[in-house]
Amino acid sequence: MKNSYSDKVFVGIIHAVLLALVIITLYPMIYVTFASISDAAQLITYKGFLYKPLGFSVEAYKSVFHNPAILKGYRNTLFILVFGVTTNLIVTALGAYVLSRRNVMWNKVFIFMVVLTMFFSGGLIPLYLVVKQVGLIDSLWATILPFTVNTFNLIIMRTAFMTVPESLEESAKIDGANHFTILFRIIIPLSMPVIAVMILYYAVEKWNGWFYASIFIKERELYPLQLTLREILIANNTDAMSSGANAADQFQIGETIKYATIMVASVPILVLYPFVQKYFVKGVMIGAVKG
Amino acid sequence: MRKGTDATFTARFKRDFVLNKYLYLMMVPVLAYYVTFHYAPMYGAIIAFKEYAPMKGILGSDWVGLDNFKAFFGSYYFWRILKNTVLISLYSLCFEFPAPIILAILINELTNKRFQRFVQTVTYMPYFISLVVICGMIKDFTNSGGVINTLFTYFGANDTAMLQKPELFRSIYILSEIWQKIGWESIIYLAALMSIDQEQYEAARIDGASRWKQIWHITLPGILPTISIMFILRVGNLLNVGWEKIILLYNPSTYDTADVISSFVYRKGLLEFGWSYSSAVGLFNSVINLLLLIAANRLSRKMSENSLW
Repeated sequence: MKNSYSDKVFVGIIHAVLLALVIITLYPMIYVTFASISDAAQLITYKGFLYKPLGFSVEAYKSVFHNPAILKGYRNTLFILVFGVTTNLIVTALGAYVLSRRNVMWNKVFIFMVVLTMFFSGGLIPLYLVVKQVGLIDSLWATILPFTVNTFNLIIMRTAFMTVPESLEESAKIDGANHFTILFRIIIPLSMPVIAVMILYYAVEKWNGWFYASIFIKERELYPLQLTLREILIANNTDAMSSGANAADQFQIGETIKYATIMVASVPILVLYPFVQKYFVKGVMIGAVKG
Repeated sequence: MRKGTDATFTARFKRDFVLNKYLYLMMVPVLAYYVTFHYAPMYGAIIAFKEYAPMKGILGSDWVGLDNFKAFFGSYYFWRILKNTVLISLYSLCFEFPAPIILAILINELTNKRFQRFVQTVTYMPYFISLVVICGMIKDFTNSGGVINTLFTYFGANDTAMLQKPELFRSIYILSEIWQKIGWESIIYLAALMSIDQEQYEAARIDGASRWKQIWHITLPGILPTISIMFILRVGNLLNVGWEKIILLYNPSTYDTADVISSFVYRKGLLEFGWSYSSAVGLFNSVINLLLLIAANRLSRKMSENSLW
């Protein structure tokens, strides 16, 4: 009896702790949501927690959506997303297929070569020099080609490909199928869950990536969304956004614009996320098996 | 070459090539990628031993031996960035590493499946918010008049921009890391928890063990292998504090506590064009990382059966 009482207290504490964690996790996002639709003049003098929007105004969203830098950012990010993820998928799948073959002559060499890059790298500066050398500076491809294969993803995919029963491939081979047919007609259709995981991993990486764009891309026209965001959020430079208004208004609206841009950049991912969560989790599980 | 296969290497290669010509074709883009963007930079790292001049190129630049390394080890910055890197890593090992383990255990204790799923969905979410946005929020919330700042003034703190205070940088860095990653990093432990044999809990309950005792004697030992693997990886990355978040959060007034090896490499190399010097710092970092990983792995293999390779 004593045990069951203390167990109840224990379970109560666990619920309280987890509930607190949920609130701490959600509140910043709720705050940003409220702040983004608040009245700029009221928000700027307000301090502390927001429990509801202060007034109501969509001015900030209007200026965000009319801002050429944000729109260009979206366009550039979309380009990187579409071409980047396609490139990522094709090359990763090819590599994963080759590395998943048994009894192939160079396999051990390839695997060693690939895995070594997880533990040792030439460093940032030499990478920059290589990218410069191949002429990718100030090209959107600079955020795509140097990151064609994420070795960790490659290994996850290889692990998944290896679970496809060999008998299927054998019978296909007898029917005269070559390696391309086996990969695209047998292995990939049977590995759709892992392909979904890869698309999501790469897509998030592309959507959120900013650092390499910041060093490889100097041309402002080519800034992806996250770089524009960095200027607004980190360098606190909202002037360009609220141009047209007078100085005082500019300062005020700048405050709400920050929050509106956060929303505009994060909502697409956060809305999509609950639907695809199970695939992300699956990816971690597949990765964990191999470690 | 084993006995029985009297074929020479070239003959075997030829046969394999004919047999698997499409495999070779498939490998071309993959190899091209690894050679260009991983192995060429490794080769390029030799500029650490040169005085790289863009006009002369990597090969044409003059050798200077270990001068760049000597300059770095002798400089005022060496101890500062080494100390900052190690401290941020150690704090993260003490606070950030156990957090997801505790969370996974707590989630595992929940019997209400819907609440369980809800907690998971919510806590995984921040992982997908971009770093730029996260740092923007940190900056805003810790700024004078920000939410976190106002909260602290209730407890008598001064209302100042917290990111300007060197003594607060590490706490802000680590706490926000935990906030963003606790949920996501708990997944791997949750997976390990699911593979624990449920009969053990059954038996423990019959013996009258409390929930707390069950956690201590069944749950924790059950996920210990996973914990040790993650621990090795963490120790192997002890000197590997990424630059992305640091350079978004730091500013000259917090360099004293915030500047780490990687952010130093970034600043000296790409902003101040000290190519060779900063490559030397980066190479030093890479080599130490590799050695640490090997050492951690070896240690773990000796003390338990868990190792990466």
